Amino acid sequence: MKRVKQLAAMIGLFSLMAIVLSGCAAKAKATGNDSKGSEVLVGVNIELSGSAASYGQATLKGINYAAEQINDSGGIKVNGKQMKLKLITKDDTSNNYQTAMASSNLASSAKVSAIVGPCVSASFAAALPKATEAAVPTVAPAGTADTLTQKKDGSVQPDAFRTCYTDSYQGVILAHYAYNDLKADTVAILGDKTSDYSAGLIKAFKGAYKGKIVDTQYYQAGDKDFNATITKLKNEKFKALFVPGYYNEAGLIIKQARQAGIKAAILGPDGFSDDTLFKLAGKENVTDVYYTNHFDATAPANDKVRPFVNSYKKKFKEEPSGFTALGYDAVFMIKEAMEKRQSTNSIEVAKGLAELKDFEGVTGTMTMDRLHNPKKDVIVVKFNHGVKVSAKAVR
Amino acid sequence: MQVFIQQIFNGIFLGSIYALLALGYTMVYGIIGLINFAHGDVYMIGAFIGFYLITSLHLNFWVTLILTMAACALIGMLIEFLAYRPLRHHGAPKITALITAIGVSFLLENGMTFLFGGDSRPFPQAIKLVTYHIGFLDVTNIQILIFVVAVALMIALQFIVQKTKMGRAMRAVSVDTEAASIVGIKVDQTISFTFAIGSALAGAAGVLIGLYYNSIDPLMGMTPGIKAFIAAVVGGIGVIPGAALGGWLIGLIETLTYSIGISSWKDAAVYAVLILVLLVRPTGIFGKKEGEKV
Repeated sequence: MKRVKQLAAMIGLFSLMAIVLSGCAAKAKATGNDSKGSEVLVGVNIELSGSAASYGQATLKGINYAAEQINDSGGIKVNGKQMKLKLITKDDTSNNYQTAMASSNLASSAKVSAIVGPCVSASFAAALPKATEAAVPTVAPAGTADTLTQKKDGSVQPDAFRTCYTDSYQGVILAHYAYNDLKADTVAILGDKTSDYSAGLIKAFKGAYKGKIVDTQYYQAGDKDFNATITKLKNEKFKALFVPGYYNEAGLIIKQARQAGIKAAILGPDGFSDDTLFKLAGKENVTDVYYTNHFDATAPANDKVRPFVNSYKKKFKEEPSGFTALGYDAVFMIKEAMEKRQSTNSIEVAKGLAELKDFEGVTGTMTMDRLHNPKKDVIVVKFNHGVKVSAKAVR
Repeated sequence: MQVFIQQIFNGIFLGSIYALLALGYTMVYGIIGLINFAHGDVYMIGAFIGFYLITSLHLNFWVTLILTMAACALIGMLIEFLAYRPLRHHGAPKITALITAIGVSFLLENGMTFLFGGDSRPFPQAIKLVTYHIGFLDVTNIQILIFVVAVALMIALQFIVQKTKMGRAMRAVSVDTEAASIVGIKVDQTISFTFAIGSALAGAAGVLIGLYYNSIDPLMGMTPGIKAFIAAVVGGIGVIPGAALGGWLIGLIETLTYSIGISSWKDAAVYAVLILVLLVRPTGIFGKKEGEKV
């Protein structure tokens, strides 16, 4: 028993020391990383293997293509000097521990001026502290969780930025789209009880929607039988059904709703965008279905999109995906920030990113808000019989 | 009222699947007093076998159903032979067998995730869906099929247990294993047969559910497995008609929570009913009152 007490006391002492020491470390003011010589170093910390590898690899294509284009046209111009952009890429293996290691390595050892990635929100959150310690700004190309760029008290994370829009922002856009474009003055909501993603979307939608919400029902991730809910909804009058969730359940909801004879438009967030949705729902049932996307080659958000899509297709013989476009924009945002502040010092780059205004990217023309979230167009795509029939940039 | 009746129908179709699964739980429990937690995962494996029989071998639905039932019967016997029989022969306590069952369940879930990935895959639509509008009711041919197949299998099961020699052996083993072996009943064989039948029913449920929802994944057995277990307990674990009734009851309760607009309470309502039934009748609705033998 005595042993145990001694051990506990020692653990307590050590943890106290650790807290004090880490407090000291944080107080020593970081001076930021400067890129010296003729190269600007930018780190890429991204999922090249593991469960999110397909996202990371698509994003990296865009990142590499952007760097190539920048260097081909002379590089980054800072203080009258043309500097080449050099990427240092680390695989975070879709693992929260690895991602923090990679971030620490890039920010403290390689001394990069900025970091792009990771894609997945949870990995980004795990990577951020190490970069923040060294005062290196980190740009999330695709993490949509609202909390990524915020501290717990609601204030902004000084070194966290993103290229994509947030979950709550797409909820607002969908509310506007339903009311203004679809002329739906009544909606029903069928959300996922177990996910923050769904809860955030519902809150944002309810806050922005001008019509009447006739009913809100919930399911649980993994549910397969929605017949009971659908029978209930079928007898209520609404013009659109909002399903804030992921493709696995959404596919089945679309199928069962259409089979039960619900003809109302079905609206969803970017969680819909996966081919599995069409397979689960059956192509013929995906009619009058709308969802938000980050990028669409057929709905150019501005004049940058067409040349980007054409040159990309010419070089790689394939269409750029949404992730590729987001990765591409993330690199150009960093370039713009450096040229605006005329510095490669990472603290200055962070300031530059926070001040981005009317930046023309291929995923939209964006302006950073107080919380480092870009305000920009959201693409809403429409499907009939499982085929995309239109795409529209909505603000 | 019309919505209410439609919801009752929805509940009965959903409940048929729970009932098919609950029968497997109840039979195994009735014979050897083991809650076979891996039962829900046999149902998942049944769905995957059906998936491959239809997509790769292009078999028709009925052949697939029968082959899947046969394959699942074999898998059930294999699980019993490898995981439970050695424990029984060593006279291990019942809690050990229960823990082993949970282990087998995890093994099947994670093994299948490892082999086939965790994503949902669309089950082929082997029977074209037709919706009948009978008055205000919407019923699909697949819903009717599920109900009819479930009831037919239950009747067949009741026949096997009550009228055949094997059924008599099962009942004898359930009353007293030792006495049964003394009068010449092959206990291991009988238990193996029980697992085969229960697993075959689970396999059938897997194929039916694949056809109904068009979506299968390696973790699909978890929730229905627990619901079916509750159905078996509510009906009186060890009692075959009780399991069928319990299945339908759980299906109805779940559906009715939707129709009165408290969908978030769906699972809570099921557990509440479980607790209520156990408070009033500790052995379940059809359960016999019996004291522990000393």
